[in-house]
Amino acid sequence: MVPLWMYLLVSAALFCIGAYGVLSRRNAVAILMSVELMLNAVNINLVAFWRYLTPQNMSGQAFAAFVFVIAAAEAAVGLAIIISVYRNRRSVVVEDVNLLKG
Amino acid sequence: MLELNAQSIGFLIFSAFTIGGGLGVVSSRNLIHGALYLILSLFGAAGLFVLLSAEFLAAVQVLVYIGAIAILIIFAVMLTRSLTRLGEVFNKQWWLSALVAIGMFVLILVGVILPVFSGMDTSGVSPNVATTIDLGVALVDGNQYVLPFEVASILLTAAMIGAIVIARDNE
Repeated sequence: MVPLWMYLLVSAALFCIGAYGVLSRRNAVAILMSVELMLNAVNINLVAFWRYLTPQNMSGQAFAAFVFVIAAAEAAVGLAIIISVYRNRRSVVVEDVNLLKG
Repeated sequence: MLELNAQSIGFLIFSAFTIGGGLGVVSSRNLIHGALYLILSLFGAAGLFVLLSAEFLAAVQVLVYIGAIAILIIFAVMLTRSLTRLGEVFNKQWWLSALVAIGMFVLILVGVILPVFSGMDTSGVSPNVATTIDLGVALVDGNQYVLPFEVASILLTAAMIGAIVIARDNE
């Protein structure tokens, strides 16, 4: 079998790529896609730890399933907010969303 | 060194898909390309789930992430054509963000992965794995995850109603 740390390495790399995307992209849809990458990295981590440490206990897979639920809800609400912002400001660049800025 | 059998070759291919797709997502100028890279990355993660013997989660990954979320994102990209200031992909602090991301990766690598989990020996890993049936039972068992399961259903319903209300055209 592939040792556990390789899965953790892939997952950490994916998480950091997603974090970079969240922090540096200007388009709101790209930021949302980067958040999906980060959630996926967490899922890989959860399932890898489940497989290597407690394969008899369902906690790891159950938590990964709940992360799927949260990701679906987050994507739906986030994209609704982006479409609503686009309708009002004609832009999806996050720097243009400055109504509450002092 | 890693011995090359079917499983480790599959791991290398799928992790290359995952990481490469992720890099494509954060770097692509055209958002449709970014969404397609996201699908590649999610597919790679589904392959990793299969290698970790979580077949149900791999199927859910393909159905929910690739089938629903990625398509939703493509719809959102097409509905929100941004006509202003398409020039720059990254904001002004992109180098600071890169520094933070690389620093976090090095911190995780040096601080957690290498000292705690660095063994190549996998002989202690149990070959008996709980199946999808056990997952289904655990999700509706009163002593395990039935309450989070129901809360997740309520959350999905609330998110669905909220998304409709937010995105509705209230003329």
